[in-house]
Amino acid sequence: MPLLNVTDLRTWFHTRSGVYRAVDGISFSVERGETLGIVGESGSGKSVTCYSIMGLIPQPPGRIESGTAMFDGVDLLHSTPREARSIRGKRVAMIFQDPMTSLNPYLRISEQLIEPLLIHEKISRRAALARAHAMLEAVGINDAASRIHFYPHEFSGGMRQRVMIAMALITKPELLIADEPTTALDVTVQAQILELIKKMQRELGMAVIFITHDLGVVSGLCDRVQVMYAGRIVETADTRTLFRSPRHPYTRALQRSIPSMQPKGAELFTIPGMPPDLSKPLPGCPFAPRCEFAVERCRHETPALAAIGADHPHACLRVQAGEI
Amino acid sequence: MTDSILELTDVKTHFPVVSGFVRRRQTGTVKAVDGVTLSVGRGEVLGLVGESGCGKSTLARTIMQLVPTTAGTVVLNGKNLSDCSAKELLVARRDLQMVFQDPYASLNPRLTVYSTLAEPLIAHRVCPPAEVNARVAELMRLVGLAPRFMQKYPHEFSGGQRQRIAIARALALQPKMIIADEPVSALDVSIQAQILNLLSQLCREMNLSLIFIAHDLSVVKHISDRVAVMYLGKIVELGPAADVIERPRHPYTRALVSAIPTPDPDLERNRQRIVLPGDPPSPINPPVGCAFHPRCPYAQEKCKAVVPPLIPDTPGREVACIRIKEI
Repeated sequence: MPLLNVTDLRTWFHTRSGVYRAVDGISFSVERGETLGIVGESGSGKSVTCYSIMGLIPQPPGRIESGTAMFDGVDLLHSTPREARSIRGKRVAMIFQDPMTSLNPYLRISEQLIEPLLIHEKISRRAALARAHAMLEAVGINDAASRIHFYPHEFSGGMRQRVMIAMALITKPELLIADEPTTALDVTVQAQILELIKKMQRELGMAVIFITHDLGVVSGLCDRVQVMYAGRIVETADTRTLFRSPRHPYTRALQRSIPSMQPKGAELFTIPGMPPDLSKPLPGCPFAPRCEFAVERCRHETPALAAIGADHPHACLRVQAGEI
Repeated sequence: MTDSILELTDVKTHFPVVSGFVRRRQTGTVKAVDGVTLSVGRGEVLGLVGESGCGKSTLARTIMQLVPTTAGTVVLNGKNLSDCSAKELLVARRDLQMVFQDPYASLNPRLTVYSTLAEPLIAHRVCPPAEVNARVAELMRLVGLAPRFMQKYPHEFSGGQRQRIAIARALALQPKMIIADEPVSALDVSIQAQILNLLSQLCREMNLSLIFIAHDLSVVKHISDRVAVMYLGKIVELGPAADVIERPRHPYTRALVSAIPTPDPDLERNRQRIVLPGDPPSPINPPVGCAFHPRCPYAQEKCKAVVPPLIPDTPGREVACIRIKEI
């Protein structure tokens, strides 16, 4: 049984200017100890997916229209708040993109680190502080004994991200959701943080959902990747298969537009047009207006995520029909 | 590179650090740019890379004379910008324009595209008022925007389109050189490719010189002829783009190159990564000697003693490391 099994999740935002279908019917699962990458451009619904699982969608305007997210037998989307609280923050933890804004600037990091322990594990303050101290050392903060009493502004960006990771992992979660944790950091610091996530994953044996727009980060870290476009999953495969033989035209186009994959000085491949407006209904394939292979059929028929042959599901009618 | 358009000689930009509430006094200096010597040829694209805080944006602002130079000279087209009067500077800046990182913040939200693009034309009186309209339309076509959007406001455009408007604004005065400060960092991959194509096409067609600042080395390698790598206010390596990034010499460049994740799973899992310890040091109290020595895997005692000069290594290649022959 997978650790997390999401089926037919739909998260829509009801705003004055219309209904935005940010996530529109996606299903996926994460096994224990596995690293799943979710890739997509901004507005593709990758963050909203994870916020929905964590119960962080502001309601209203957001609404989870349908779907279930089964975590070890409990449906996170329809459980009682009490049940959900016993899982979120303890067995499922999340780290965010911007370590500058996701730590509370008014509290010493010691307070923020021990909060999940005091809530979930009912241990004494002294014991919690000892755990926090050990955790800070594990994430590579030197001189943890004195720095545990610092405020967030006394740390650099990379250090703050380490504190965030320590905070998320202090309850030894079974699933870590990382929402672009390295986007705001420099490449050298990004390399440090990625190594840290890998190391902690090995030590705790946890599963990771890693959200990013950078295909390079995914290739070294993830076991499996799913590509999202306009609130839907368009392709999912193990990392090597996805990079070696991408099926969906969007994945192919995305891969071809990365500068390092092309000969120097050559004209870069670009995807014409822009992502669709999610407030309008999208008949057919959402990528059809920008797709070089689109035919009349693509504009009417909505492709389902289906596997043809080996375990490599994708949502393209023409690839499924064997035409391209 | 005899025919250079921009010559920087030992440029320094320092900012005072003032502390105290009642008795304000200077307690230190941030050496944001600390002795940069560089030249850019006509039609050349120079990539400038480095981590945040290394001084690459301050260098751009210094060239533009948006911040005063503390020492050294910035010579554009034979004219020394660092001791120009405000009036002379206004004229000189026609040849030197800038594109900023965030197209959401760098365009005035209250001005239509027309007003944004017409302003430099009117301020510098480059064309008769009657022709402004036609010239704006031409600029919009040049960057791939339809002139019918002339009366729209920035919020009606996507990020990529806004960056096109910012590029059109920079091109309005037909400059000889453009400084682009992280122009694609805020954009998605597919949009990023469009802007990169546009910039390299414009440089080719108009024989523009471009200083392209970025932290993404693969982007820089793609667009640039030469690359300069900065660390803590100094250039540590300079050379032909592909050469520097494929065969980095300076220990810092090596670490930087090895830190870029590649979109190839097999390569990515098998290669040796140099993970640098720690963060870049503070420019207020830079380490003595070579600024990189506390993080450098090859550092020795002698690295703490001298500031390594930028010396020629192979032809066209300059490296600032005293152990370069040994490592």
